[in-house]
Amino acid sequence: MSIENFEVKAYPEMWESLGMDVARFDKSRQMLGEVFSKTYLSQKNRPAKMKYFDGLIAEIFGGRIKEMLEVKKTGKPIVGTFCVYIPEEVVVAAGGVCVGLCGGSQGSIPDAEKILPRNICPMVKSAYGFKAGRICPYFQVVDFVYGETTCDAKKKTWEILDRLVPTHVMEIPQMKKKRDKQLWLEEVKDFKTRVEEVCNKTITPEDLGDAIKIINNKRKALQRLTRLRANHPAPISGKDGLLIEQIAFYDEPVRFAEKVNELCDELEQRLQNESGVVEKSAPRIMVSGTPMALPNWKVHNLIETAGAVVVNEESCIGSRYFKDLIDESKVDVDAQLDVLTDRYMQIDCSCFTPNDDRVDQVLKEYKDSNAQGILHYSLQFCHTYNIEEIKIREACEKYEIPYLSIESDYSPEDVGQLQTRIEAFLEQIREQ
Amino acid sequence: MQLGVDLGSRTIKVAAIVDDILLCHTKQESGFEPHQQAQDMLKQFQSGTIIATGYGRHLAQKHFADEVITEIKAHALGARHFFPDCRTILDVGGQDCKVISLTQAGKVSNFQMNDKCAAGTGRFLEIMAVSLGYTISEFGSAALESGQDVAINSMCTVFAESEVISMKNSGIPAADIARAVHLSVVSRLGGMLNRIGHGDEIVFSGGVANNSCIVQLLESKIGARVCVPSSPDLVGAIGAAIHAGKSAVNCG
Repeated sequence: MSIENFEVKAYPEMWESLGMDVARFDKSRQMLGEVFSKTYLSQKNRPAKMKYFDGLIAEIFGGRIKEMLEVKKTGKPIVGTFCVYIPEEVVVAAGGVCVGLCGGSQGSIPDAEKILPRNICPMVKSAYGFKAGRICPYFQVVDFVYGETTCDAKKKTWEILDRLVPTHVMEIPQMKKKRDKQLWLEEVKDFKTRVEEVCNKTITPEDLGDAIKIINNKRKALQRLTRLRANHPAPISGKDGLLIEQIAFYDEPVRFAEKVNELCDELEQRLQNESGVVEKSAPRIMVSGTPMALPNWKVHNLIETAGAVVVNEESCIGSRYFKDLIDESKVDVDAQLDVLTDRYMQIDCSCFTPNDDRVDQVLKEYKDSNAQGILHYSLQFCHTYNIEEIKIREACEKYEIPYLSIESDYSPEDVGQLQTRIEAFLEQIREQ
Repeated sequence: MQLGVDLGSRTIKVAAIVDDILLCHTKQESGFEPHQQAQDMLKQFQSGTIIATGYGRHLAQKHFADEVITEIKAHALGARHFFPDCRTILDVGGQDCKVISLTQAGKVSNFQMNDKCAAGTGRFLEIMAVSLGYTISEFGSAALESGQDVAINSMCTVFAESEVISMKNSGIPAADIARAVHLSVVSRLGGMLNRIGHGDEIVFSGGVANNSCIVQLLESKIGARVCVPSSPDLVGAIGAAIHAGKSAVNCG
C-alpha cells in the first residue's frame, strides 16, 4: 500500500442497511484515508509487519464491521464501550464482541453541539456526535452501549445518549477502599447478567477462563511491544505504537495478539541488527495523560515531525489498558469475577481520589521506557487529569525530568502554538 | 556574517551580527508572502548563515534559512545578549505572550505561552487603541495620564471591545478606559509570571515592551524591576543571529 493508492474502503450498501448517513459518512471515510496516508504511510523505515494494521484501517468501516455482523447473526452480544473499566472478558466469554466506540474526531462535534453544552470534554462530544449524526458504523452495529461514571460529562451524557441507543451505566467507585471493591464487584455481576440476557446463555467457568486467557494474551502482546519500544534507538515510531494501541479496542483479540507478536518478532530482529526507526540522537518522549482515541494523532505527529520519537503512552489508550493481568488459576465463576475485579481496581484513572499510584506509575514507566522527557497531555475540560497534572509536574520537578504540559482538543487551530511549544521542549532536552 | 530572521505574526525582523557586534537591523510589517518579503529584506545584507525563528520559521527554512530555532530559544539568547545575568524573560509580541525561565547558565528551564487567543498580546492593545481613537504610540502615554482605576472584565478581544464601547457611551474619559485596557493586560501578564515564578528582575521583550504604561504598571504589579532592551522587538531576531554563530551549519 503506497501513499498514492491507499484508501479506506467504502461499503455504501452495508452502511445504508445500518441506517447511516451514507453521503456524509463517505466524506469522512475519504478524509480518514487521506490523513492516514499523510500521517502514517509517509513515515520512513516502517516495520513491514505494520501492513496488517494499515489493512485494518483500510477495512475499518467494512471488513471489521462485517465480522461483527456475522457474530451478531448468531445471537451473540456486540457491546460498545468508552472506557478501560468495562470488563471485556465477560463479553468475550459470551462469545460476543466488545468494541471501543469512536470518539476522537472533530468532525462529529458539531452534531453533538446541537444539543450538548459546548464547554465539555471533546471526547464525550465527539462520541455523542457520531451516534447523533449516524456517522459511525460501530455505533450502528452494537446491541447496547456500556457507559461508566468516570466523569460528570460522561455520566450525564449517557442519559441523553440512551435516547438514541440503549445505554447502560456501570458505577465506578471513586476511592479504593474495601467497600469500593465490593461495589465494583456487584457492578461486574450486573454487567454479566445483562450480557447473558442478550445472548440467552449462561457464562460457564470454562467460557470465562478462556476469555481471561484471550484478553491476558492481548495485554501481554502489548506489554511486549512496549518493552521493545524501550530500546535505543526505538525500533518503531510512536505513531505506529499508538495506532496499535488504538486498534486494540476494535480488532478481534486472538488475531490481534498474534499480529502484534509477529510485529514484535520483526522488531527483535531489528534490534539485533541495531537498526532503529530514528537516529540515535532523536529525543525520546513519553506521553502521559488522557487517551487519544482514533484518529487523534495530533500530538504524536507534532512530536515526531519535530524529529523526536514517542516511546510510551501512559494513558487509557496505552499502558493503563494493558499493564495489569488477571490471575488465570481460578476455576469457578465467583472466584474468577473476584480476581477480575482485583485487576480492574488496579487501574489508576484520575477519577479516583487519592490516586498517587499513578504518579509512581508515571515515574516507573519513564524509567522503564528510557525516555528523556515527559509530555503531559490533557483534553480540554478534563478536570481530573488537568488537576492531577499538578502532582505529575511536581514529581518531574523533584526528579529533574524535562516536562511539558499541554491541554488541547481535536481542532487543528492550536497546531501552530503546540508546534512551537513542542519544538522548544525538544530544544531543552537536546541542550541537556 | 550571522543573520537572524524573526518571522513574527505581525512583523518581520532581521538582525545581522559580526564578531558579536550587532551591525544593523530592519523591520517590516508581515505581508502575504512572508518568506519572499524576508528574502527581499535580506538582500541588503552580505551573505551568511541564516537562522529563522517565529511563526514563519519553517516556511523560511523551506525557502532560504539554514536552520530554525523556536522563539523561546531565540528570546533566551537575545535577552542574554542585552542582560547577561537574566533569569526570567517576558515576551509580548503581536499574537502571543510567553514567559521563559533560564538556568544560571542561560539554558531554558521552563516556559509558558498563552493559549490559542490574542488576549494580553500586542494585537489586543492595537484593537483597543483603534476603538478609542488612539494610535498605538499614543496609547500608552494617554493611559499614563489617567489616575483613575476603572476595570475591564473581559480578556477576550472581541468581548473587551464591546465593553470598551459601552464604557465610552457611558461617558468615561478615553484616557481612563485606555488605562483600564492596560491594567487588564498587565493583570494577565502578572498572572503568567507568578505562575512560573520570577526573581527581582525580569527582561521584557517584544514590541509591547515599547509601551511605557505597560512597563510601569507591570513593575508595581509584580514588585520586580522590569528591564527593557534598547530594541525590544528585535530580541528574537538577535537571538537567532547569535545562534547562527553557534550553528553547525555555519557557512561563513
